[in-house]
Amino acid sequence: MSGPGAARGPVRRGGPGGGPFGGAQLPAEKSMTFGPSALRLLRRLAPHRLPVLAVVLLGAISVVFTVVGPWLLGQGTNLIFAGAIGQTLPAGSTKEEVVEGLRASGQSAQADLISGIDLVPGQHIDFNALAVVLGTVLVLYVLASVFSWVQGRLLNTVVQRTTFTLREEVEAKINRLPLSYFDRMPRGELLSRVTNDMDNVAQSLQQTLSQLLTSLLTVVGILVMMFITSPLLAVISLVTIPLTVVITALIAKRSQKLFVTQWRATGELNAQVEENFTGHALVKVFGRQRETEAAFGAKNEELYRASFGAQFVSGIIMPAMMFVGNLVYVVIAVVGGLQVASGALSIGAVQAFIQYSRQFTQPLTQLGSMVNLLQSGVASAERVFELLDAEEQTPDATPAETPPADGPGRLRFEGVSFRYVADRPLIDDLSLTAEPGQTVAIVGPTGAGKSTLVNLIMRFYELDAGRITLDGVDIARMTRHDLRSRTGMVLQDTWLFGGTIRDNIAYGRPDATEEEILAAARATYVDRFVHSLPDGYDTVLDDEASNVSAGEKQLLTIARAFLAEPSVLILDEATSSVDTRTEQLVQKAMSALRADRTSFVIAHRLSTIRDADLILVMESGSIVEQGSHAELLAADGAYAALYAAQFADAAPEDTAEADLR
Amino acid sequence: MTLLRLLGRFLRPHGRPIALIVLFQLIQSVASLYLPTLNADIIDQGVAKGDTAYVLSTGLVMLGITVLQVAASITAVYFGAKVAMALGRDLRGAIFHRVSAFSEREVSAFGAPSLITRSTNDVQQVQMLALMTFTLLVSAPILAVGGVILALQQDLELSWIIAVSVPVLLIALSLIIVRMVPQFRRMQTRIDTVNRVLREQLTGIRVVRAFVREGVETERFAEANAAVTDSALRAGRLMALMFPTVMLILNVSSVAVIWFGAFRIDSGSMQVGTLIAFLSYLVQILMAVMMATFMAMMIPRASVCADRITEVLETETSVTPPAHPVHRLEQHGVVELRGASFSYPGAEQPVLRDLDITVQSGQTLAIIGSTGAGKTTFVNLLPRLFDATAGSVLVDGVDVRELDPDLLWSRIGLVPQKPYLFSGTVASNLRYGKPDATDEELWHALEVAQAADFVRSMDGGLDAEIAQGGTTVSGGQRQRLAIARALVKRPEIYVFDDSFSALDLTTDARLRRALRADVKGATMIIVAQRVSTIVDADVIVVLEDGAIVGRGTHDELLATSETYAEIVASQLSAEEAA
Repeated sequence: MSGPGAARGPVRRGGPGGGPFGGAQLPAEKSMTFGPSALRLLRRLAPHRLPVLAVVLLGAISVVFTVVGPWLLGQGTNLIFAGAIGQTLPAGSTKEEVVEGLRASGQSAQADLISGIDLVPGQHIDFNALAVVLGTVLVLYVLASVFSWVQGRLLNTVVQRTTFTLREEVEAKINRLPLSYFDRMPRGELLSRVTNDMDNVAQSLQQTLSQLLTSLLTVVGILVMMFITSPLLAVISLVTIPLTVVITALIAKRSQKLFVTQWRATGELNAQVEENFTGHALVKVFGRQRETEAAFGAKNEELYRASFGAQFVSGIIMPAMMFVGNLVYVVIAVVGGLQVASGALSIGAVQAFIQYSRQFTQPLTQLGSMVNLLQSGVASAERVFELLDAEEQTPDATPAETPPADGPGRLRFEGVSFRYVADRPLIDDLSLTAEPGQTVAIVGPTGAGKSTLVNLIMRFYELDAGRITLDGVDIARMTRHDLRSRTGMVLQDTWLFGGTIRDNIAYGRPDATEEEILAAARATYVDRFVHSLPDGYDTVLDDEASNVSAGEKQLLTIARAFLAEPSVLILDEATSSVDTRTEQLVQKAMSALRADRTSFVIAHRLSTIRDADLILVMESGSIVEQGSHAELLAADGAYAALYAAQFADAAPEDTAEADLR
Repeated sequence: MTLLRLLGRFLRPHGRPIALIVLFQLIQSVASLYLPTLNADIIDQGVAKGDTAYVLSTGLVMLGITVLQVAASITAVYFGAKVAMALGRDLRGAIFHRVSAFSEREVSAFGAPSLITRSTNDVQQVQMLALMTFTLLVSAPILAVGGVILALQQDLELSWIIAVSVPVLLIALSLIIVRMVPQFRRMQTRIDTVNRVLREQLTGIRVVRAFVREGVETERFAEANAAVTDSALRAGRLMALMFPTVMLILNVSSVAVIWFGAFRIDSGSMQVGTLIAFLSYLVQILMAVMMATFMAMMIPRASVCADRITEVLETETSVTPPAHPVHRLEQHGVVELRGASFSYPGAEQPVLRDLDITVQSGQTLAIIGSTGAGKTTFVNLLPRLFDATAGSVLVDGVDVRELDPDLLWSRIGLVPQKPYLFSGTVASNLRYGKPDATDEELWHALEVAQAADFVRSMDGGLDAEIAQGGTTVSGGQRQRLAIARALVKRPEIYVFDDSFSALDLTTDARLRRALRADVKGATMIIVAQRVSTIVDADVIVVLEDGAIVGRGTHDELLATSETYAEIVASQLSAEEAA
């Protein structure tokens, strides 16, 4: 655990919180496939082959140096030991004589020990030799540090670039996904994937990759040195590996289950919090505070239990590895001690070995402790990959066709059929023509497919049958950009981005001049309320845009469309929250705007509908009537019934209203 | 420091387990400190003297201590995980509880997304810091201090190496970390930016596509992405410096110990085993120092999160529950405003000014007015989503601020402007205000709200699934379900905040007709845009810039209020209005 990232454990927001939502089904949750996803994540490093190669090489070199270091230090210790023992022996005699003498006096153990040491009796520590050894070690250590620093920098660059690219791909993917994908996927869930999971992948990559590499290389390097120093002790140490693997696997298997529970609980808790905070007012007024707090408390407790379990179980890995390490340490000390005593090994070798065994178990412990981070990172990567693998919208036609730039804007539906859900036809064999400059009002009961119809014009969804043409060109043959830049849309759900009012108005035309923006604002009565705001056009709209009212938001979205000057205009209940006087004024502005362009208007207000050139009456996905207000009333069909129904109820003014014709 | 205060407050109940954690970490650390001493003994007493029996027996002791160490450290992890996770749970609970008490004013001041982040992600950071502290950091000072003591015991003369290397390590690491922290802080804000841009793109995907802004948005994202990558690269470069620096200081110190130790051994004042033990202690001390410094890097981030959490916990709701609530009401369905005003703190213009309105039991009050006139704020005063900043609001003759909140809320059925639905089923949403409502009651409410037909056609009918926010039904359907939800509750006062806007003409008309028959005797407060919705209200109040500019019945207002006449004229023929 290094770096601040360690702070971010595997507990994250989001998590699979899907379920069947009335017809819109989430893709079935795949079971966790750790291996393939981890490989896929690694493969993403491929474009950085050269730096990665350099990283591996540098890592290997610096590991070799770190590994040779203790061996040389062992040599140093040997020199010290030789001197320390040598000076206690009578000078002038040879080592052999001393050993003989000891044997003769029955001190065979001592004799064995001394015979294993390269010493000259009577001689003190050879400081010159020691200086050479230690000097070499110092140089090696400095080099090892320099190499490992360069390696770290390179790896950092590789990881950051990889993350950068992954984020870029996610962004590009969002632009290529069909809108139906966003309808299907709960927003919180998707957001969690592109933000939380993405962050998690980046952090896991950064934290685990360098350690993973160094740890693996170190294990290999030290193992080699161990075999060189003492094959017997090396074999003992080797037992550590399967032991480590088995212990880690046993624990990780349990902890992973707990982690999955923890993520699920986190996701569910998050959904609860999100839901209750968003519907805060309702929770209060419907007196549900106690229930929501109880439900929250229960889920919170569940999350606590799961995360406690996960942290505890995965927390056992470290001490367990420590135990394995210490076990080997003791065995080596004992066996090594015996070997030194029997003269089979020098004391320096044992000391080096003990240091090796420490260095050997440390990376193994690290690998073990990284398991949970790795599990979490790969799980997140999988969720990001799922997004990247989602089916995309059909690519734009090549070569694309394009209607003349100043085309009149004749829109024609030819036998159009469309359905969101396979077995529920929504729009069936619909044909209509909107002449240039006409205003087409769409009326009909909720769920008749009015919004769907205008969505099809924007090509937000692909047709199941038939075609839609703009000035004779099939819109499916046009690029989406071309089509949409000719179309302006004001939606029922207002959406403003976090920025100033000015930027929001200029959204559809970033190059608009200040005069044009102000003109659009005046024409749509935005100017009026903006003046009452302390910062005027520089007022920054916040996340929820709570500093402007619902109606004001709608006016802003109208101003936005106004400024964009499209050749086809689509208004989906654009003024439902605007008061009628303002609406009337806006309508005037809009009718000026509509004069030379084809418009589609979905509205419930009579005033809006009455002025339309063409009224389409929709019922369950098909057009049951079309014509002007007067024609349709005269025809005494569905529209007349609709109209009568409204005004039969709407109290006294209905008759007068009907007379208005 | 806020972080410490927050931890202090929330860890207090866990005093005993924390004491246990410290105790077991102490045992664990002492055990791991003792091991090198034993190792030195093995070398000096056993190996060097060829005493294999000593090697074996000391080896067994070492094993025993290892077992003790592992047991202690697993116990410490157990309590550490328990306390840290409990801390997270308690913090989440406290935030949730506090937000539940907030009025709409505080909720909108923080913003729901921010409150969500604070109660999950920010808590996460603090919780992980606690976990790391309990499982690792606690033992660092024990290891460092213990290491120093034992090293001194082994050899006093060499201790100057510790006195030099520890400060050098500390200084080197601090130099790096001091540069790293601002980078991390910047990186955090930049990650927030990336996430915000993505959030905006996802929520506004239709608008982005309709205005062909994918290119611009991609660029905006690329900028944010490049910025965060830049910070991450800088921070990463410093991070890459860290490990080699530590290793270098550690290794150079080891070499120094061996070199200077050699002189001590040569002069006979030190044994080889002592040298090796000293070396182990030095490594242990430096590792502990390193661990502590690494942990220190987590603190800046966690303290930012602690600030954000504390901010929520210390925000008092502007709608405080009464100290001595009124539990009994004599009147039914009477609403009165006495000089009620409302303004946001710091705002120049009040949203509502000096409103005097009385609605008698069973009457219908309608509010009409232009966009931004304060209509929604007005209706929010009744259920105390806001409290009036001047004057008072009375329900059934009692100031709402003195009423038992549960009693108040049980009297009011609100249909908000944004018809938010909760995830669950149609039935669970309808039962929101009356959990024990029968299916018959639900169907009745649905019939009145003109929602029975489409609910019947949904898969599962009453048990049909509703997604969070109600996104799987159309806007009009959502509004009707929200109306039905209020109807099921059978309150004495209905509040409709522009609740018919998404309905088509026919449905609107039918609904209102059914509603009139159904809620007879109940008081209704209706905010509307369409005059047709409110013509037969007993009192119509015309709001303009937060003040009442006209009041009366439809006919009275036509004669007396110019504003009202304008509104009517915008919707009806001049002929009819006259």
